[in-house]
Order: sequence, then structure tokens, then C-alpha cells
Amino acid sequence: MRDGFFALTAELAGSLRGNEALFCTLDGEDSDFVRLNRNRIRQAGSLHRRRLGLKLISGDRQVEGSCDLPGGPPQDPTLPRDLLARMRNRLPQVPRDPFLDYSSMPTFSERTLSGDLPDPAQAVSGLISEAGDMDLVGIWASGDTMNGLASSLGHRHWHQSRSFNLDWSCHLEKDKAIKAGFSGFDWDGAGLAQKVAGMRRGLELMARPARTIRPGRYRAYLAPEAVRELMDLLAWGGFDLESHRSAKTPLMRLVEGERQLDPRVCIREEHCRGLIPGFTAEGFEKPERVDLIVSGAYRECLVDSRSGKEYGVAVNAGSGHPESIALDAGDITRSEVLDRLGSGLYIGNLWYLNYSDRNDCRITGMTRFGTFWVENGRPVAPVEVMRFDDSIYHLLGDQMEGLTKVREMMLSTSTYGGRSTASSLLPGILVKAIELPL
Amino acid sequence: MRKPETRLQLFDEVVKWARNSAPPADYWTLRSVAEESETLSVRRDVVEPARIESRCGAMISLVRGPGMGYSATSDLSAGGLRAAFARALHWAQLHAGLGLFNAALFPRSDAQSHYRTRTIEPWEARAIEDKLALLRDACTALKIDSRILDRSAWVQYRRVLQLLVTSEGGRSERVLEYVNPGLAAVAHARGQTQRRTGGGADRPGQGGLERIAEVGFLDAAPRIAEDAIALLGAPECPTETCDLVLMPGQMAMQIHESIGHPLELDRILGDERNYAGTSFVTPDMFGSYRYGSELLNITFDPTLRGELASYAADDEGTPAERTYLIRNGILERPLGSRLSQARSGLPGVANARASGWERPPIDRMANINLEPKDDSLEELIDRVEHGVLMDTNRSWSIDDSRNKFQFGCELGRLIADGELQGLVRNPGYRGISADFWRSLAGVGNREGFEMRGVGNCGKGEPNQAISVGHASPPCLFRGVSIFGGG
Repeated sequence: MRDGFFALTAELAGSLRGNEALFCTLDGEDSDFVRLNRNRIRQAGSLHRRRLGLKLISGDRQVEGSCDLPGGPPQDPTLPRDLLARMRNRLPQVPRDPFLDYSSMPTFSERTLSGDLPDPAQAVSGLISEAGDMDLVGIWASGDTMNGLASSLGHRHWHQSRSFNLDWSCHLEKDKAIKAGFSGFDWDGAGLAQKVAGMRRGLELMARPARTIRPGRYRAYLAPEAVRELMDLLAWGGFDLESHRSAKTPLMRLVEGERQLDPRVCIREEHCRGLIPGFTAEGFEKPERVDLIVSGAYRECLVDSRSGKEYGVAVNAGSGHPESIALDAGDITRSEVLDRLGSGLYIGNLWYLNYSDRNDCRITGMTRFGTFWVENGRPVAPVEVMRFDDSIYHLLGDQMEGLTKVREMMLSTSTYGGRSTASSLLPGILVKAIELPL
Repeated sequence: MRKPETRLQLFDEVVKWARNSAPPADYWTLRSVAEESETLSVRRDVVEPARIESRCGAMISLVRGPGMGYSATSDLSAGGLRAAFARALHWAQLHAGLGLFNAALFPRSDAQSHYRTRTIEPWEARAIEDKLALLRDACTALKIDSRILDRSAWVQYRRVLQLLVTSEGGRSERVLEYVNPGLAAVAHARGQTQRRTGGGADRPGQGGLERIAEVGFLDAAPRIAEDAIALLGAPECPTETCDLVLMPGQMAMQIHESIGHPLELDRILGDERNYAGTSFVTPDMFGSYRYGSELLNITFDPTLRGELASYAADDEGTPAERTYLIRNGILERPLGSRLSQARSGLPGVANARASGWERPPIDRMANINLEPKDDSLEELIDRVEHGVLMDTNRSWSIDDSRNKFQFGCELGRLIADGELQGLVRNPGYRGISADFWRSLAGVGNREGFEMRGVGNCGKGEPNQAISVGHASPPCLFRGVSIFGGG
């Protein structure tokens, strides 16, 4: 596909006129999906998708477009040529764009993350066999994803990976369930068996009578998966330059110095992790890392080419949304977590987060999966789902007691618009109090 | 832009190949989709890059014996289709041995249907320069004060052609068109940011350029900016329990989260428990459960002209008709497609929908509407001694069983002794679905009945986001827990 994409770009570039420049991107996947309910196959299928993106530039005018590629190799250029013609017709109709920016010097990269994947049918059959009579619900997603960038100026970039992502939960009655994930590039059947065994043990605790707790403030430990939900919401307008400069970011009070997070909180975007493309759609190369928050204070934003040109800041990302986020570790060991928690909530996962007050970075959401009441360092009962509503300035600020020493690497399970290559490297967090109003 | 007729010719060639060359199967469907869209937007008086998008591909679903599988491809060549059919057969063979149910339950369709969005002024009727001039005028009209730090005006056009053909001779053809404009103003001062939207931003629907005038696009700009400024200086919404009047711009999300989703039958059957969640509704509730007060009437209605999810048949070819889900407060029927109906033994509706060619259909909302009653907005407000009116959703959250919800709105207004009072900012409310709908004490009349919708409802594994319609009048609820910011 790589050679086919580069050849298609060369052909389209050969049709350019005058001072036109062309940037082409490819976003594709060959994926298998097997969806499970009650430890049986609910729906199984495959997807073959190739999406071509075009950016046609003439002087300081630009038009963007995209189309699905119909077949090949070799790629039939008819549809891309049609699209390019439509874009060329559009160019004189749009005004000069003061925020148009692209890399004028060619850059190059190639990265292939290959994996040793099993046949999905075998992997799923193995999981079903391992899970036995457990009520298992989830999805197997696997296959190749690919991203390319090529331009008439000579840029040539390719990023391809072969991975699997198994995201599942096992259920008792009602809300009683434990969630697990198993993802990566090299299959490990023994590792999967261990995870399933771990879930059986978790379900034994989950089977105890659920405790209903009253609204109020509680000590809590948020496991890395729960922290990921907080980070995913913060990523929604929290770190991009445009949101910061136009006062839309929920971290505005941090930016203005009115609020501070705990000095142990350091959040960065780690492009060096290498799981996402290291290039932007305009040909810029991403730096190894971007320090977003350092020692609890705002440091930098994610800057795409458009906002970089608008606000005069160097490009350091493909978009304003983090894709390789990391939160620094602390010093709480795994074996210390429950003792340090003492009595309170062990929150395995959070769900359906949203802002209740963006000005105060106040976030609401629900507990879900693997949430237990802990007494004197021992988990004693699952809890009925509760709504939390609290500010990041508390949870990562004045109410934060500590972070775990060991962090978890989690590959995104999102498949909106395509299998995501995003990832998070996060610790668990111990908080003195979290507000649960309902 | 490729005309629908051109795409249809391509799709008919694809169908011809399938009829001649598909592998032996008990049943198959071939759903070909071509989507064209254009986005124009202006932000702070600068025209953002114009965007033209074209999507095209096909989804094959195949049943052989007790197994079923699917395969989607953008490669519509003979080779691509052959490979896609082979993959669908491969999955059907795996499902045959390990399936949750026998694929004999998979619905067969031989129905014929045809649907096309009625447009008065097609997208192509105005030049790009005219559209951009309109957006620039609207963006300029938002610039009323130096505290407006960000302002945007946009219009998005989408046309979706879908041809569904089945091995039993079914054929369902539809062309959906949408023109969706919107405005946003962001004001900031003294540590407070307020965002106000309008001009159609929360009124997506089917239609052509006539929708721009219908939603009052240009006229809305000054009011939106004025609201954003006024909210900066407004007091916080109080924290208390009181009466609540919700405008259609918030009723849409309330209906969506705490009626639409819990009634999806595949959720009730447990399919979504790993992701989108389950439901507090159980099969035994249908026919007897009091979901809300007697004023609550909810319909699945694919017939309203211009509503987001109006269509003649769903993505499995089942003809769609208007049906009550809740009548006089009693739960009657789930949102379940024919497959879910067969799995559960419950009745349902024609709601098997997919976000595009890349995803298989699952049970989705389409148009889920709250039927109007008798009260004008003034009459609803007149019945409130002490309360708040809230408008335009900006935040939503609910538990995985669809019980404990929390919503935030852009704008609130106090009500005292039956009269609207001053603005309050950062208004929100929370509650539990069953209690909330039983506190429904007033439903607006047909004059106040407005079509709204949600453009990005997410569900399914793999994930898919789809647009759904919600029409509702303003409504009055008693004794709701409200709160503000800070």
C-alpha cells in the first residue's frame, strides 16, 4: 500500500498547475472485529478501508478534501483526480488564508510496528474456552492500520502497525462487573489466561452484597483506567493552543495562574512512544515530547499548524488533542495502595464524564466496573454506582495524596472513525476526598 | 460533486456482480453507501479551509446455516467484492459454531422502498462566494463587544445515497440531504468564560438551503453574542430543589439519554454492557410499567418531514412507520429491530441503523419525539411559583443503566410567581430517570413543538456515531435538584 500511495501522489502531483502544491495523506485499515455477549459471538466482521486526504495549495489559498479509494493496487486514480479537479475549481472561490502553514522542506520517515498476531478466530475461540461459563461481553479488534503523508514538495512518510485490542468485561447481575483489557503487538496466550483467571477472583468479591453509600465526600483510589477517563475528558479542549488563547480551555484558571495543581503532577504528550505517526498532515515532524503541565503549573500547549500560524507559536503536534499522554508516576507501590487508602472507595473505572462547570474544571461522571468499598485496607463489598462531581483542581490538586509508582500503558479502544493508535501511560491516584452527590 | 444518479449506476453494477458471483448463502444483503459533504466555516472573520469529502463503500451481511458474518470494503472492484464476500462467509462459519443465537433469526427482507429528502433550495443553488459572504456577515454580527474572544459561523452540507439490496429481491433506495448551519460566541472576563450557540447549531435536520432561513441563522447572531456577554455578569444558578421548565433545546438531550437509550432493545439484551451500557428497563416492563406521568407520550416517528432521522425503511430493509413507545406514561414498546425482536420475542420498530458503509446495523434511535399537549410556554411558566427555565444543552452524563443523569445548559432564567426573571449562569440539574419523568407536570402545545436532534450519538463495538432526531415542546417538571457553577 505504501508504494501504491506514493505512486498515486506522484501521479496527482504531475497534474499540478502553476504554483500549486499538494499534500496527500492516507488513512487506512484492514481490521477484524468480533463482538461477544454472554461469552458467545454476537457479530463478527471485517473492514477494508483506504481514505485519501488532499490539501491543494496555490499561493496563500487552500482547499481540503478526502475520498475513499476504490481499489488496487495499482490505485485507480479516477476518483482522486475528480476530487482534485473539484478542489481546483474551488480555489479561486475562497479568500487568501492568513493561517495557512506547511512544511516547505521535505521530511522523511518510515516506521512499521509489526506484531505476531494470532488468527482472530483462534484467539476468540481460546478466550471463549478460557472464560467458560462467565458472562463475558466485549470486542476483539485486530489487524493493520496505516498512515501516510506525501507531497509534491517531496515529503514521504509512512507509519504502519499491526496490533490487537481485546476489551471485555465479565458480569454478574445488574451493575456488578469487572473490566479488563489486553492489547499490544505480540500475542501472549498465557497472559490472556492469567487475565481471565484474575477476573474470576475479582468476580468473587463482586458477588458479595452491594453496598449503597450515601452522597458525600469519600477517600478514594482511582485506578489507572479511571484516571484515563479523566485525562480523556481533559483532552477535550484542555491542551490545545486555540482553546487556551480564546479562553475556551477548562484549564483557564491554571493558565492565568489563579489555580495550581499538586506539584507532583506532570503531564506530557510523548510522541517518542512511537505508536502514533510522527508527522503531521502538513509535513511537520513532531518533537519527542511536549510538556503540558510541569510541577502542577501550565507549561505548553499542543500546537497544530493552523493555530501555530495564528498565534505565532511553533508547530508541535498534528492536532490539539493528545494521543500519547503520560502522567508522571509517584511513590505508592501496588502493595501499599489499599493500606494507604484505609477506608474508602477503590474506583476501578469511571464512565460518561463531562464538564459540570468548565470555569472551575469541574467534572461529573459515574463509577462503573470494579468499584469496591474498602475498610481498613481490605476490599469488603462492591458499591452501587455513584455519581461524582468534583474539580480537577481538587482531584489533581489539594485533595491529591499520591500517585502510584507503577504506571499502566493502555492502548485506546476507540474505533470511532477508525481504530485508534492513541495510548495513555498513567498511574493510579489516591485522593483524600472525592465529592459524590448522587 | 458526483450526482446520485452516477453513484447509483456504480452501485447497480456492484449489485449485478453480487447477484452473479456471490458465494452460496441462505441470505445476503449488500448495502452500498455514497456520502458527499462540504463544510464552510468562518472563525473570527477568517475563512477556514473549505472541505470537500466523499465517502463510498459497501457492507455485506451474509447468512449460511446457523452462522452470520459481515464485511465492509471501499474496494468495489470485482476483486474487492470477492474478498469481502469471502470474509463475511469466514465469519459466518465461525459464528455457526460459537454464535450467541442461530442466524435463522436474522431478518430477511424482500421489501421495496424509496425515500428522498424534500429540498426546496438545493445546495448547489447558491455560489460558494454567497455562502461565505453569509457566514462572514454572521461572524461580524457576533462581534458586539471586546469580551467576545471567539466567534464562529458555519454551514455543513451532507448528502447520503444508500442502496440496500437483498438476495431475496429486496431493494431500498434513499437519498438523505442535510444543510446544518450554526453560530457560536465565546465571552470571557474576570475568570469566567461563557459560550452561547444558536443559528441552527442545535437544530440539525434534513433539507436544503431553505433551512438557513428556517432556523433564523443571521438574525440569531446579535442575540447569541448578547446572551454570552450577559451570562458573564449573571449570578450562578442557585443550588436547590424547585420546578424546572426545559426548552426544546434541552428536552432533546433529556429524551435522548433517559428514554431513547434505555429503550434500545439490544442494550436490554445485554449486547452493550461492555461499552454503552445496559438499561434499567427489563422485558417484563413492557405493557405495564409506568415510565412517566400521564402527560408523557413518546413516539418513534420516521414520518416528520425535515427531522434528522426520517426514512422509509431501516438499514435491514424493514419498512418504517410511526409507533408509540410510551403512551400516557405507560411503557409500550422497545426500540428493537427485527433481529432483536426475534431474539427477545418482543415487538419493536424499524431501527436497525448503521453510521455508514463501514459499520453493521445495530439497534439505534431514529426520531424519538415527545408528543405535544395543550399548554403554551407562557401557561407553563405561569404555573411555576419558584423555579428556573433552562435552554440549550452543553453537558450530559448518565450512568450505564440510564438512571442517574446530570445535565448542564448554556442559559438559565429564574421564574418567580409565574413570571420570567433574570438570567442565571452555569445552570445544571441532576436526577433519576424514573422519578424525573413521573414529575412531568406540563407539556407544551404544538405551537411550541420544535424539531431538534443529536448529531453524534455514539454506541456499538466497533464504535459508530449516528444522528438522531428529537422533537419536543417545552415541558414543566416539579421538584428537580438544580445547581450552578463554582
